Amino acid sequence: MNGVNEKVCDVAVVGAGPAGIAAASAAAEAGASVVLLDDNPAPGGQIWRGGVGMGDHPEATRWLERLNAGRTTILSGTRVYHAESGALWAESDEQEQRVRFGRLVLATGARELFLPFPGWTLPNVVGAGGLQALVKSGLPIENKRVMVAGTGPLLLAVAACLSEKGAQIACICEQAPLARLGRFAMTLAAFPGKLREGARLRLAARKAPYRTGCWPVAALGKERVEAVRVSQGSHEREIACDYLACGFHLVPNLELPRLLNCRVAAGYVEVDEWQQTSAPGVYCAGEPTGIGGVELSLVEGQIAGYTAARREEAAKRLFAQRARYRKLVPAMQEAFRLRPELATLAKPDTIFCRCEDVPFERMQEHHSWKAAKLHTRCGMGPCQGRVCGAAAEHLLRWAVSTARPPVFPVSCAGLASLGRAGDSPESSGPPSGG
Amino acid sequence: MAERITVQINGQPCDVPAGMSVAVAVMLAEGTSRLSVSGQPRGPLCGMGTCFECRVEIDGRAQRRSCQTLCRSGMEIVTHERR
Repeated sequence: MNGVNEKVCDVAVVGAGPAGIAAASAAAEAGASVVLLDDNPAPGGQIWRGGVGMGDHPEATRWLERLNAGRTTILSGTRVYHAESGALWAESDEQEQRVRFGRLVLATGARELFLPFPGWTLPNVVGAGGLQALVKSGLPIENKRVMVAGTGPLLLAVAACLSEKGAQIACICEQAPLARLGRFAMTLAAFPGKLREGARLRLAARKAPYRTGCWPVAALGKERVEAVRVSQGSHEREIACDYLACGFHLVPNLELPRLLNCRVAAGYVEVDEWQQTSAPGVYCAGEPTGIGGVELSLVEGQIAGYTAARREEAAKRLFAQRARYRKLVPAMQEAFRLRPELATLAKPDTIFCRCEDVPFERMQEHHSWKAAKLHTRCGMGPCQGRVCGAAAEHLLRWAVSTARPPVFPVSCAGLASLGRAGDSPESSGPPSGG
Repeated sequence: MAERITVQINGQPCDVPAGMSVAVAVMLAEGTSRLSVSGQPRGPLCGMGTCFECRVEIDGRAQRRSCQTLCRSGMEIVTHERR
């Protein structure tokens, strides 16, 4: 660590996926000084992740050029672990970072929802987007047998990407029934671009059977996954594989919005027409306001960025475009709703919290997240409940809202600096406990 | 593929392409990234910095998320199970 680096800006943006890139670009074009912070090695988020041997995504290239044309300060590999009114605390491998801002855009994105089932902790059982990310980070996948399972449009995208890299996709298992997917396709009819993209992905993954109403019930193997047992309700079958890529759609990253007291309703950050949250001067764009895809994230990001830079008239011109893409949020929520059978997959000894190895039977002894946490240590490991907390919300119907500083494990230097948070003129008090 | 660099994984030199993440280098060299608190082998899950299953020691600093760290020439990586 080489001391603390301080930056001051008009607009700070957290997250350099499509929403954050759009927000930073718009704010910079409107004349604001902008700092963009992101925890990955390079901007792009999950969907536009570049990496070893990957072709560029043309739309990503356009947006990255637009971002770089502005004078935005981009801090990659920088993890934000605390936020207060007017200030962010972050760290990279090299240094501590403070950013003081006038207005803040939270574009923190989403993560995959993982649900526990027997064998889900075996090595090579990875997220669907997780495996895609690892392949984009250099994992050789040619001629490997991959099972893709779970729910959501990501499954097809991952199968297509991995097929193009030479993987043998054994099967794509989508838990949603065909009827719901049919209704979703009807909604997509109003979005020809989306339909074309879907057709392109299906063509790329054409060798893979796509089974609907099909879900994983167990991952089998000794040292790593060797096969997956899947169910279609009336019958089960086992399919051999080298990797199981499994995710149950997305859940938004709400740690920073919650830390800043942004109101959250029905699982998403509430925003007004300007993408303004209930916290003054704090805007939110992209997946945390509703899972709606890359186009919605881009338009929300621009609205947030223009508004944060006080260019409301430019923001307003994008309202109609946003309204169009917002229709995808409820459509996706309905199409990829989890079937009740998924709540019955975990056995008493199935690990529920992977950080602390808490089995499902110990979780079932309790009736709330807090009680389970106090008695079992679930959610108290390094991931801070990002995996098991989301699973508990979906499977046990518990209210889980874990947000307190630091929102990621940090170095001792970072922790010590939190104790001095009260030193900053805008902020108040040390981190709260409990 | 890109230029190749050498990193140390649990004391063994490993030749990897520049730009590869530490998580992938560890998967290829060791198969797993850590042992869980009850001794189960684990590998990366989320691939995007939220699950912490891929955490390893890098250049003497513990609990680094290897999926968000790119290999650098001469980097010393130690997986949890060897400690």
